[in-house]
Amino acid sequence: MSDVPESEPAAASGARRSNQPALVLHVPEPRYRPGDHVDFSDLALPAAGEARRPDIAVDPAEIRDLPYSLVRVIDPAGKAVGPWAPRLSAERKIGMLRAMLLTRAYDDRMYRAQRQGKTSFYVKSIGEEAVSIGAAEALDPGDMCFPSYRQQGLLIARGWSLVDMMCQIFSNEGDRLLGRQLPVMYSAKQAGFFTISGNLTTQYPQAVGWAMASAIKGGRRIAAAWCGEGSTAEGDFHAAMTFAHVYRAPVILNVVNNQWAISSFSGIAGGEGTTFAARGIGYGIASLRVDGNDALAVHAATEWAAERARANHGPTLIEHFTYRAEGHSTSDDPAAYRSAEEPPAFPLGDPIVRLKDHLIAAGEWDEARHEALIKETTDEVRAAQREAEKLGTLSGTRFNHPFESIFEGLFEEMPWHLREQQAQMLREVRAAGIEAVKP
Amino acid sequence: MTAMNMVQAINSALDVCMAADPDVVIFGEDVGYFGGVFRATAGLQKKYGKTRAFDTPINETGIIGVAVGMASYGLRPVAEIQFADYIYPAFDQLVSEAARLRYRSAGEFTAPLTVRSPFGGGIFGGQTHSQSPEGIFTHVSGLKTVIPSTPYDAKGLLIAAIEDNDPVLFFEPKRIYNGPFDGHYDRPVQPWAKHPAAEVPEGHYVIPLGRANVVREGEAMTILAYGTMVHVVAGVLAEHGIDGELIDLRTLVPLDIDAIEASVRKTGRCVIVHEATRTGGFGAELSALVQERCFYALEAPIERVTGWDTPYPHSLEWAYFPGPVRVMEALKRVMES
Ligand SMILES: Cc1ncc(C[n+]2csc(CCOP(=O)(O)OP(=O)(O)O)c2C)c(N)n1
Repeated sequence: MSDVPESEPAAASGARRSNQPALVLHVPEPRYRPGDHVDFSDLALPAAGEARRPDIAVDPAEIRDLPYSLVRVIDPAGKAVGPWAPRLSAERKIGMLRAMLLTRAYDDRMYRAQRQGKTSFYVKSIGEEAVSIGAAEALDPGDMCFPSYRQQGLLIARGWSLVDMMCQIFSNEGDRLLGRQLPVMYSAKQAGFFTISGNLTTQYPQAVGWAMASAIKGGRRIAAAWCGEGSTAEGDFHAAMTFAHVYRAPVILNVVNNQWAISSFSGIAGGEGTTFAARGIGYGIASLRVDGNDALAVHAATEWAAERARANHGPTLIEHFTYRAEGHSTSDDPAAYRSAEEPPAFPLGDPIVRLKDHLIAAGEWDEARHEALIKETTDEVRAAQREAEKLGTLSGTRFNHPFESIFEGLFEEMPWHLREQQAQMLREVRAAGIEAVKP
Repeated sequence: MTAMNMVQAINSALDVCMAADPDVVIFGEDVGYFGGVFRATAGLQKKYGKTRAFDTPINETGIIGVAVGMASYGLRPVAEIQFADYIYPAFDQLVSEAARLRYRSAGEFTAPLTVRSPFGGGIFGGQTHSQSPEGIFTHVSGLKTVIPSTPYDAKGLLIAAIEDNDPVLFFEPKRIYNGPFDGHYDRPVQPWAKHPAAEVPEGHYVIPLGRANVVREGEAMTILAYGTMVHVVAGVLAEHGIDGELIDLRTLVPLDIDAIEASVRKTGRCVIVHEATRTGGFGAELSALVQERCFYALEAPIERVTGWDTPYPHSLEWAYFPGPVRVMEALKRVMES
């Protein structure tokens, strides 16, 4: 086979450099595939307490080392060490632990509900709970979150109703979004939680715009956005970074690097030989890389970035280094593309266990209380599910919302063509004897 | 001949093209090692290597942009956009670049690329896994648009698309990947194996772009459809014993206008069915063409059955989907007038 397609003019064929090696295309490959034995012992992870903590007013040019380091607080013995160790009361840390346990129990039940055919789709955040909950605890309740589909922990940490969330999962009568959105695509304005899009990374420039608006109006509230490392490849990520820097927007841009997009690893997202936090350097944005399984580190980094934003020093990019412990969603099976040994071997541990160990080491917690809290949160989720299911679950043949509702709320006022279509729909379904409204 | 579902037929088309032409390369999100979220590219990386079948970053602009660049070098890229709902970031590269390379360089550069993308609803995918954006692209000068409705057609059309020297959008109706769907969501799913068009030759064959398929000959009316809707309409005709002539357009641009004209002249009635939204949809173009060319043969107003002009809802998707009830109502209307 010739290296040159027939259409290529001979002059461009490279004949002049025939004594040089031929070009080769590099296609990144993860270290481990199904069946491989996994060994992460050479993964260089800075120790807890190692990363320095600059002043919140620091010039981003002064901290170009931090995107390649790792902010970690909880050491292997469970002690909170170093300059980033947040001064948090036991009560607040236990609150975080509770929100993490609640999120895990919630994920477990909703995942099972999908498997039982009660809904069409679900996305867990198992192993990544600290990313959302550490941040939610550090932000003010009025700060606006622009999440991806894996930040259910934000809602839970902000005390949002589990029943309300479940009703969305079941697209049932209680679903405030009227069954319009795919499960997990929540919207909760009252909780400062922006409507989730299925299209990746669109929320990133929107968060910047919201933050710019807050600055234009001389407000006090800041914005925060989240996306996966895979999503940083989208153009919207780069649009957001540019605008955030140009206008010094009071925004925190979070990248949740859980190592895998769907089947593609972080190298396909551009992570080989660099970090996602380091993206910020070229944009002139202050950037931190954080142990995403260390709730105290996430809290500390978010608090730093929030103070920085509130003091008009501009945006911060935070990479949360973590690991997606299970499948991407209910639609995939990770056994087809990654080694089954990877999740337990990834050297960050379980974020819940790490916070628990810290609390125990600090003398603020014990096994018995932990067991009791697991039971309490599991019961709470069960009870919520019973409530939510009273309002129905998703079913292909029993409709939880009136047919005509699909035309409502597209525009503030319904134009003639939609009114006509709505009337036509009702005529046709009635003629066919289909019950258009809930039986 | 082997019985294939539509995913297998698409995979086979890619395999045949990659074996025949080393310039054919395939890529997209999750396309390489994993073989695509719908498994359409399964096994191809293993067979042809990582530089001919590979994963891309999640950036649709980039996927189509590099496809244009590769095509300008002389390759025949086949890019996958994971869901048609995610094609919009690539809009500029398709509309301003791929579509116009040949024209603006007076033939110096061309873009012989194919963009495969699953589209359409019926899988409880909500508004971002259900859309039918074909009308947005048929509106653009310089893009061909192909939509198969059977495994046999999918393979022959995809090979034709890849071998075509112009950019082709190849939308795959994902609801019928695994079996034809007559729109009765409350009945068991039929597998392709029982359908005659699941018999697919293993080797190379081509279904020329721009040729419609008369699925069923009839006298009562002409029904123009494509993709999933072909099966919905066929089901209605069979169930109600209606002698309609069903035309599967297969290619929207370039359109088989001769087949349409001949049929409408014969039947004098025309119903257009697509799942995409109504306003400015491809059905509007079809309706205008039929009116312009067959006005004096028409005995009834042209009817359109389409998705409603709203986003695709999640739980009420069967209220949105233009199913058998709505198709039948339209057939009645053209027969009665
Ligand atoms: C614009 C767009 N392209 C593609 C997809 C399909 N898709 C959904 S999730 C996903 C992977 C995202 O990975 P990552 O950003 O790393 O987030 P994670 O799921 O790991 O949290 C892909 C490709 C999409 N939803 N939107």
